[in-house]
Formats: sequence, C-alpha cells, structure tokens
Amino acid sequence: MIQDHLDIILIAIVTASACALPGVFLVLRRMTLMSDAISHAILPGIVLAFFLTHNISSPLLILAAAATGVLTVVFVELLQKTKLVKEDAAIGLVFPALFSIGVILISRFASNVHLDTDAVLLGELAYARFNRLEIFGYDIGPISFSVMGGMLLLNLAFILIFYKELKLATFDASLAATLGFAPTLIHYGLMTLVSMTTVGAFDAVGSILVVALIAGPPATAYLMTDSLARMLILSVIIGCVNAVSGYLLAYPFGVSIAGTIATVTFLVFGLIFLIVPNRGLIAIARRHIRQKWEFAQTMLVIHLFNHEGLPEAHEESEIAHLHEHLQWEPTFATRVVKQALNNRYVSQEATQLMLTDRGRSIAQRALVQ
Amino acid sequence: MENLHFLTRFDYTLIIVALGAALLGTVSGALGTYAVLRRQSLLGDAISHAALPGIVIAFMLTGSKTPLILVLGAAIAGWLGTLIILSIVRLTRIKYDSAFSLVLSTFFGFGLVLLTQIQRNGDANQAGLDDFIFGQAATMLKRDVLTIGILGGFALVIMLILWKELKLLVFDEGFAASIGFPTRVLDILLTSLFVIAIVIGLQAVGAVLMSAMLVAPAVAARQWTDKISLMVLLAACFGALAGVSGTFISSIAVGIPTGPTIILCATVIVGFSIAFAPNRGLLWNSIRQHRNRRSLKIATAKLIGAAATKNQIKNDTRPS
Repeated sequence: MIQDHLDIILIAIVTASACALPGVFLVLRRMTLMSDAISHAILPGIVLAFFLTHNISSPLLILAAAATGVLTVVFVELLQKTKLVKEDAAIGLVFPALFSIGVILISRFASNVHLDTDAVLLGELAYARFNRLEIFGYDIGPISFSVMGGMLLLNLAFILIFYKELKLATFDASLAATLGFAPTLIHYGLMTLVSMTTVGAFDAVGSILVVALIAGPPATAYLMTDSLARMLILSVIIGCVNAVSGYLLAYPFGVSIAGTIATVTFLVFGLIFLIVPNRGLIAIARRHIRQKWEFAQTMLVIHLFNHEGLPEAHEESEIAHLHEHLQWEPTFATRVVKQALNNRYVSQEATQLMLTDRGRSIAQRALVQ
Repeated sequence: MENLHFLTRFDYTLIIVALGAALLGTVSGALGTYAVLRRQSLLGDAISHAALPGIVIAFMLTGSKTPLILVLGAAIAGWLGTLIILSIVRLTRIKYDSAFSLVLSTFFGFGLVLLTQIQRNGDANQAGLDDFIFGQAATMLKRDVLTIGILGGFALVIMLILWKELKLLVFDEGFAASIGFPTRVLDILLTSLFVIAIVIGLQAVGAVLMSAMLVAPAVAARQWTDKISLMVLLAACFGALAGVSGTFISSIAVGIPTGPTIILCATVIVGFSIAFAPNRGLLWNSIRQHRNRRSLKIATAKLIGAAATKNQIKNDTRPS
C-alpha cells in the first residue's frame, strides 16, 4: 500500500520536474502557447506509431510524437512566413487540424484497442503505475517513472550544457545570432525536448494538464525572482510541491489526480501572487496606501512652506482650518497632521502648525523636483 | 419523385445536425473575424477549456442537462477565465501567453476534478457531460439547434447594432478612446460575444476543437477581401460551409466523428484560400513575382541596350 503511494508520488515528482525545466524557457520566451499546441498536435504521431508497433508503451511512440511536435512548430512558422496569417492564428489553425486527424484515425481504425482519446487527453496518474517495466523478469518500477526520469535527466543535461546559449538566446536573440550562437538551433532543440516531455507525460497526466505543469510553476517562480538560475530551481520545487499536494488531496476523494494537481497549481499561483513581496497584490496595495499618506504629508509641508513668514501665515497654519485650504476631508486632514507630527515634519504651537527643519527640507526638495 | 428520393437519403437526424453545424459555423465565423483581426485568435481556446468547470457546476447545482443552463454555466466560467487572464497580464509582469496557458489548463483540470467527483457518486444522469470535452455532434437534438439559433442570433444582432463601434475598436482602439467611445466596455462586450460563440458549439464540436471554428473561417475570409463587412459575410459563409460539408462527409462512413471532420473541412477551406485567393494568395503572389521579374529583366535589357546604342552614337560622333 505504501509502495503504491510511493510509486505515484515518485512519478508525479519526476514528471513535474521534467516539465518545469523547459517550461521556464517557454515562459521567458513567451512561447507557452506552443506547448499547448504541441500537446494537442502530437496525437496523430502517437496514433500512427501505435498502428506500426501495436504497443502503447513503445519508445517509438515518443519519437513519433516528438517528430510531430517539431513538425507542428515548423508548420506554424511556415504559415507565418507566408505573411498571410499572424502567429496566433497560425497556432490556432495548425493544432486543431492535426488533433482532428488524430481523433478521426482513432475512432475510425482503433476504436476497439486500448487507445482512446480520453486516455491521451486526460491521462490518469493512478493507472500509470500499472504499466511496469520488467528487465529479465525483475520488476524495476513503473514505465512512466523510467520514461519521465529519463526525460528529466535529458532536460537537465540540455540546460546545463547549453545554459549560456539558452540564456543568451532567450534574453537577446539577435545578440546571440551576431555572436554566432545559432539561436535557431537552440530553439528547435528546446522544441524537440518540449515535444518529448509532453508525450512522455501524457500517460501520467494527459496532454492538456501537461500545459499546467509546463506553464504553471515557471509563471509562479517568475513572480518571485529575477535570476534565471533561481527561477529554474524554484520552478522545480514549486512543481514538485504542487504535484505531491495535488495527489494527497485527490486520493481521499477519489477524483482525478491530474486535475487536482492542475487546480493546486492555480491556487499556489494565486497565493504567491497575493503574498510575494514587492510584486504581489498585497505589496502593491500597501505601497499605494503608503504613497497616498506620504503624498498628503508632502502637500501639507509644501502648503506651510509656501506661506511661511508671510502676513497670512497665521491664518494658513491654523490646524482647524487646514482642511479648507488643502481641500481635504476634515478627518483625513486630522490623520495627516497626526502623522506629520509623529514624523517630526511639523511641530504644534498652540493651535498652529510650524515647520521643523526636517519638514522644511522635505518641502524644498519636493518643490525642486 | 426524384426530390423525395433525395430526401430519404438524408434522414431527419442528419438534417438537424447539419442545420446546427451550419448555424454554429455562421455565428463563429462572423464573430471570429473580430478575434482574428484583434490577434486574439487563441482566446477561443482559453474560453472553451475554461468553460468545463462551469458546465459541471451548472449540472451539480440544477441536476439538469437543459442546454440553456449548461451553456450559461459554461459562459460564466469562460468569462471568468478570460477576466483572470486579462487581470494577470495587467497586474504582473507575466505575459499574455503564460497567463493564458495557466488559466486554460488549470480551469480545465478543475473541471475534470468535478467531473470525476460526480461520476464517482454514480449519478446516472451525468452521462453525456463529457461530450463537452470531445464533442458529440451526432447526438444533437432539435432543442440544441434551437439554443444555438437563439443565442447565436442574439450575438449576431448585438454585433450588427454595434457595427460601427466594434469596427473602430478593431482597427484603431486609441482613436476610439480619444473620441469618447467606452473602449473598455466594448472590449468586455466583444469578449462576451466570443464567449457566446464558443459555448454554444461546445457540445457539438468539443472544447478542444471549438477554438478552430473561431479562427479558420475568418482566416480564410481574410485572404479574399480587405473590407471588414465582406470579411464577416464570407467568414460566416465559410463557417456554414464547413459545418454542413463536415456533417455530410462524416455521415458517409461509420466511425468518422463529426466535430473533427468539420474542423478538417474548415482547414481545407483555409488551405484553398491561402493558395488560390486573388491578390494575396500564394499562387497569385508567385505569378506576380514571376511577372515582375520578367518585366524587370526586359527593362534592364532595354536599358543596357539603350546605353549601348548611346555609347555607340557617342563613339561614332566623337571627333577622331
């Protein structure tokens, strides 16, 4: 029983990590839509390879799917090159067409075999562990684990070896081209890996939810850091946390594991989006509020400064009349005065406000700006 | 007599399905024009996937599979998903594509969770809900066609009423805002029209493929004309054509699903348009290039010839 859980959790972890790594580059290169397209378009590749091998877990399926994935990218780019169709429309044309071919092939010729659209599109982690890999009669674990483990190592190796090239091609493709780094080659390398990862993962999570694994954790990590290396590590960690907690949540209710992982991915993104320092919603809202009060205090000292030493100063610095001069709500004015007193921008003498040296310098600085 | 013979070959169900598909193609073709021109072609993909939890929740709350109720649920969820995408883009540095992929896949995932939940509870009535993922045009009934017709017609009427405003929004949003059109409201309204066009087709074509119905007819129509009114009209016709031809082709043999066939028909129309449309099409372009090259060659030859004669004359008249 423990072994069953462990199997599923291990598959979930390697799948999430293998998807998050290339996902980082897709998010940074604004190409996650391509992973969405590839994940649908590989269907005819899988089906054709299945007709050839009659084996759902043959490695040929992964190769055929990867080839179809790269073909999708080529088709989209060819369509764009005619200049008759924009990029978004090109993607929107190519993948439904390929997907339709796949669906028709399945329902026309393979309706009685173990290959239905549900399985490819939706996947089910709980069943992934039943397909086990046996070598010389020894059970060495589920096939999914080996496949996704292999993909994880391959992705990791690609990123480590070509880290510099990937970084340059991602952030400044034209510089990379001038320096002779062949960004096109890197681009197709990345697309091949995305295709292979996607098809490797369909067994476990299905091809729509693989998009959640590819785009979700990197998008979340992108909110948290400015460094590529840190973003890669964070994405893998977030991906694993999402996958494991998704499984633990799904298990007691018996609902779709992949679906729950996707749901958790969205919730984690939302949570990080709320609480992350500097860029989070809460941080933004707090900054707005702080700026509002700071601005009001600056207005107050400028007002006092403008009338300082002039005949009307006595009238203008009367605390009870301030709100009329500055056209504020009386309660708002009281709070601003209180804050300015606390900050020692002003001092109170009887019913009047007097600028302190500090307040005067703030007013001067604000006016110069 | 011959007419009657013709009719019996196409039975009643087939005609209902074809009618539904034609209506669907008309609505999504016409509205898709705006999506393609605004470069929001993939918005349909997000809406159709994000609609799934809405469909399931609508069923869970009401226990009925009345098309109108399910479509309403789908519309609310699809609309919410689009709104979240737009807010993520506005409030963070995350780009459109990532926000889009995130919302699309996670909403769909949540829909799956709910779907597996009610399937586990053994509610026999839920059968057919997963039609919304892959589409099941063959099960289309008269009431489904009626729903498509009413909602689609409503969307088209709104489009016609706001014709001028939407045209301005598509081509010059900045100008529209500067002369006082509420662009934000119009933007949301147009998105809502997309939502209607998408959700009415979900049951027939399925979430995965419905987005193509928004894109393909419009892209095909774009090749034939530069006028938006003509493009809307053509796209509607192409959509209807794809719907009807897809339905009939899929009825020829057993085991050809209708939804994907409709999409393939639409793709063929796009391919034909890109290849053969006058002025813009590939064939036309290559002929023009060929012609240009030849006239350039002739012109150069003439120039060289003229220069040579000129030199000749110069040389001849030069005093020796």
